[in-house]
Amino acid sequence: MIKQLYSYIGNYKKYVMLCVMFVMVDVVCELMMPLLMSKIVDEGIPSKDIYFIVKNGIFMVLLAAISIMAGGLNMKFSAEASQGFAANLRRALFDRVQAFSFSNIDKFSTASLVTRLTSDVTQMQNTLLMCLRMLLRAPLMLVCAIFFAVSINARLSVVIFIAVSLLIAGIFLVLRTAEQKFAEMQKKIDNLNGTVQENLTAIRAVKAFVRERYEKQKFKKSNDALTEAAINAGNLISLIMPLMMFVLNGATLIVIWFGGRMVAGDEMGAGSLISFISYLMHILMSIMIFSMIFILFARAEACAKRILEVVNTKIDITDNDDTDHKREINSPLVRKGKIEFRHVDFKYAEGGRNVLSDINFSIEPGEFVAIVGGTGSGKTTLVSLIPRLYDVTKGQVLIDGIDVREYSLKQLRDGIGMVLQKNVLFSGTIRENLMWGNENATQEDIEKAASYAQAHDFIISFPDGYDTRLGQGGVNVSGGQKQRLCIARALLKKPPILILDDSTSAIDTATEARIRKSFSENLKDTTVLIIAQRISSVKNADKIVVLDDGRVVGIGKHDELFENNRLYREICNSQQEGLVI
Amino acid sequence: MAENRKVARGFMRGPGSMPVGFEKPRDLKTTMVRLLAYLRHSKLQIAIVIAALLTSSGSMLAGSYFLKPLINEYILPGNLRGLAFALLCLGVLYLVGVCAAYIQTRFTIRVAQKTINILRSELFDKMQELPLEYFDTHTHGELMSLYTNDVDNVQMMLEQSLTQLFSSILMFFGSIAVMIMLSPALFSITALVLALMIFISTKIGKKSRGYFQNQQKILGELNGYIEEIIGGLKEVKVFNHEEAAKESFYKINESFRQAATKANFLAGIIMPVMINLNNICYAAIAVVGGILTLKGSFDIGSLAAFLQYSRQIGQPINQITNQINNILAAMAGAERIFHVMDQKPEVDGGNVTLVSVEKNEDGTLSEVPGDMKTGIKAWRIIEPDGKTRLEPLRGDVRFYNVTFSYDNKRPVLKNISLYAKPGQTIAFVGSTGAGKTTITNLINRFYDIREGLITFDGIDIKNIKKESLRRSLGMVLQDTHLFTGTVLDNIRYGNLNATDEECINAAKAVGADSFIMRLPQGYHTVISKDGANLSQGQRQLIAIARAYVASPPVMILDEATSSIDTRTERLVEKGMAALMEKRTVFIIAHRLSTVRNADAIMVLENGEIIERGSHEELLAQKGRYYQLYTGREILE
Repeated sequence: MIKQLYSYIGNYKKYVMLCVMFVMVDVVCELMMPLLMSKIVDEGIPSKDIYFIVKNGIFMVLLAAISIMAGGLNMKFSAEASQGFAANLRRALFDRVQAFSFSNIDKFSTASLVTRLTSDVTQMQNTLLMCLRMLLRAPLMLVCAIFFAVSINARLSVVIFIAVSLLIAGIFLVLRTAEQKFAEMQKKIDNLNGTVQENLTAIRAVKAFVRERYEKQKFKKSNDALTEAAINAGNLISLIMPLMMFVLNGATLIVIWFGGRMVAGDEMGAGSLISFISYLMHILMSIMIFSMIFILFARAEACAKRILEVVNTKIDITDNDDTDHKREINSPLVRKGKIEFRHVDFKYAEGGRNVLSDINFSIEPGEFVAIVGGTGSGKTTLVSLIPRLYDVTKGQVLIDGIDVREYSLKQLRDGIGMVLQKNVLFSGTIRENLMWGNENATQEDIEKAASYAQAHDFIISFPDGYDTRLGQGGVNVSGGQKQRLCIARALLKKPPILILDDSTSAIDTATEARIRKSFSENLKDTTVLIIAQRISSVKNADKIVVLDDGRVVGIGKHDELFENNRLYREICNSQQEGLVI
Repeated sequence: MAENRKVARGFMRGPGSMPVGFEKPRDLKTTMVRLLAYLRHSKLQIAIVIAALLTSSGSMLAGSYFLKPLINEYILPGNLRGLAFALLCLGVLYLVGVCAAYIQTRFTIRVAQKTINILRSELFDKMQELPLEYFDTHTHGELMSLYTNDVDNVQMMLEQSLTQLFSSILMFFGSIAVMIMLSPALFSITALVLALMIFISTKIGKKSRGYFQNQQKILGELNGYIEEIIGGLKEVKVFNHEEAAKESFYKINESFRQAATKANFLAGIIMPVMINLNNICYAAIAVVGGILTLKGSFDIGSLAAFLQYSRQIGQPINQITNQINNILAAMAGAERIFHVMDQKPEVDGGNVTLVSVEKNEDGTLSEVPGDMKTGIKAWRIIEPDGKTRLEPLRGDVRFYNVTFSYDNKRPVLKNISLYAKPGQTIAFVGSTGAGKTTITNLINRFYDIREGLITFDGIDIKNIKKESLRRSLGMVLQDTHLFTGTVLDNIRYGNLNATDEECINAAKAVGADSFIMRLPQGYHTVISKDGANLSQGQRQLIAIARAYVASPPVMILDEATSSIDTRTERLVEKGMAALMEKRTVFIIAHRLSTVRNADAIMVLENGEIIERGSHEELLAQKGRYYQLYTGREILE
């Protein structure tokens, strides 16, 4: 995992190397300080050599200056490396997500994908930054400080080793228990957030049923549970600092005792003793910081896993050739718009239930075909197979006599206009949104598409007309207007095949009738497939396909089906006259 | 709709953690005073914390001072016996310090967590009382972030920042005092460097603030773009828009990288500068102190102690600036929390309440205790003279010239008058945005009208306590939301006193029983994530059962069957009929089959009732209803 993550540092790796280098310089400079100071005390003062003292002093100032430079550069390069890493990671994630097939998308929820791309990446970035700034220092500091301490007085260094082992053992014990407590606490946090989230989304239900008090109690329960878990975890963590102080102070006392005797016996200078103590502090501090690695990594690990899960997701629908480019050149184009289903079976997951079974029918170019059936009967799935949003499990889908898998994804989808059930508009002007269908569209093209979709009139009724800005998700237009814009956007592609998946549900019947009329007049050569709940929307279709539980149970015109198909009649009857408001 | 995932941190924040951003509260003092008032419950613990803090800081300060006598009086003269005794004293001092530090952190965590607990509860409780308008105008992300980021920052402050700030200040002034005592001459060097440090850190701080703001701005753009594209990912794929999306993304990603690198660099550079200024100070003191010592006006022990202090003094300065940033961020968070707490709650001035009653033999009503199930309810009205009167609950709803606007500018409903007698069904039809849902939202006072009058059983609904009003109204809404819990729990949400049997009967009555029984654990199947494991139709059926079990005299069905396909709807029809029976029903529906049988149909357009009457009457009028009904008129 770390190896893969490391590869995302990519072209910023040189900054990591530079960081290591400058941290090393910084550490050495810093550790030289006490050594020089001890020389002043032990040699300069007794020999009353002012020149020696000043010389060492200047040397120390120089070291500090170098250290500022090294530290500053480290800050610079660590910022470069970590932000570069984050940018690469985000980019890799974004690219991957763009390559996702529909079934890949279904596996992750939108919210979780967004979290992975935003806060998880930020967390990784912070982790690397901390590593390069703080944690990298710890092991270097530890090694160098031990070296300096031993070189001052090897015998006294025994104390250091004992203190180090004690501290490591203590921290290890605390952290091992803490891990579990923190996992518990995290669970309680998630729980609390879940409660709030749920309350927010269902606030109308809460108010309608007067359940405020009940919700408060529910919240209080999760709140108290969280507090308890947090105090539990906190109690453990509050051991660490005192433990550290205890070991540090204890070791200092022992060093002073033995060191003091050596100083008294003239085996060692007072200055050396002072610098020895400051190395001791450096060493124990590094261990403390080192222990943070584990905490930091434990936190980052969850994020890293979530990120890699996305990056390593296998894309199940791709162009099979070596390069997309070559594929695009060789790919056939969708021209006429004949669609054939040949004994198609489909299931979403391996081992799952067949959502479609033995679908076998064809649609001629220019036909207007409707698909009806109950929820879960497989209508959306059926049309999704045409632009290869999903791949068939068995059988074949052919367009113009060629298996859809023979087309490149780009050419295939360029030839198919599709309005999805849950339609989305993007922030930007209406014009920009429509031009998703065709980025080279002229004003004339746009207006034509919009008027076919019965959208032109309401668009120009806005003060800014086609340049009206839509908020994120198209929040400032009504549901029916949104659907009409989505239809116009798909029309702008001028596709041989147009698929409307329940995309007129919010449009009133009269407007819908007008859309149908304009389609029949202006899109004569376009194969149109529509899924609709209302029989009124499909009554005039050239062909109506009735689906039930993934099987085609009837194909024909309205009158034939009404006569012969029980299920179709049932649907019609339930809608009375087939008309709905 | 970003998922807000708060990660356990608190005391686990690493060393030298990055400032979250530079946020300033608008009114620091008021917010601080108000926040600290939450601590009043823990006076004793706080006293303990302060005492422990003083003790541990004192022991640290004294510990360093000990170096002077240790070196001068025992080590250099070789007085080992004295050294042993002095070290013993020092050991005791240290031990006291360690214990004090432990006590301090432990109590601080307890106090902080308890305080946060109260704060969170108050925030949530308050939120339950806010009117719907508030939720309409604030995104979920915004409100969630109160619980995640803002509360978290306040917690950090209470748990760490305040005590650390306090102890840093103590250490800072304590060290200065001792240093002046040891050598005023050497201290002048320290003072000079300190002044320089403070000057530089504020300079850099100011500059880096600007960069951070820039970074935050671009981050907003970046996250917004990610959210939008991922939300519309399927659209992107259908339109072959991947490459274009990537291109725009790369651009923002790169500009964010540059901005963030700058901000990170500037924020980081303070550290090495401060540390090394401190080191320079250390060197200068070693030199000057050394010279003074060999001139005889200073001694090695004092020098050692002084050096120790000058090492320590740099740390508090770093700490103080860091903690002040954290505290400011926390205060900005606290301000947002208090802002929500200060919102006006739903107006609920009514004193008419719903009570359980029983019928006396002479036909009059008398009130019974609330937990008795008599099945009969009545309004308890307090007359101006203080006497109470009971009025039977019937379900008669009337609108008199109601005009309503969400924003006080554009009226959504204009001059609406209508009545529904007990047991009648009133249907609303009309295109999206005509105001159908708004009408129903006024009956249960999700929104309050400013013009006109709405009565329930002849009582102005403004005089009815909201709780009672809503208990007498059932609702099945356009979007159903279920809660984490079993199917049974979700049905029971309609009536918390309902027995299991009553819930199951409700499910049977509305035709939900058969699919529930097919779920893995039947009625005890846990519904997760807003019912993600159920189809929309199934969720809707549970919502209908939920309304059924509440059994109110008035029912509002807002496109309750819109997402059920026609075939499933036939199954639900029976349930719906059961739900509507003997009740006053307001129904907004797509399908004429449901609307046809209504006692009165209101055709709404642009907030006005343009036609009203029964199905036949309206058809005969050949107006808008006819047009909607046939959908043909314009074309043929």
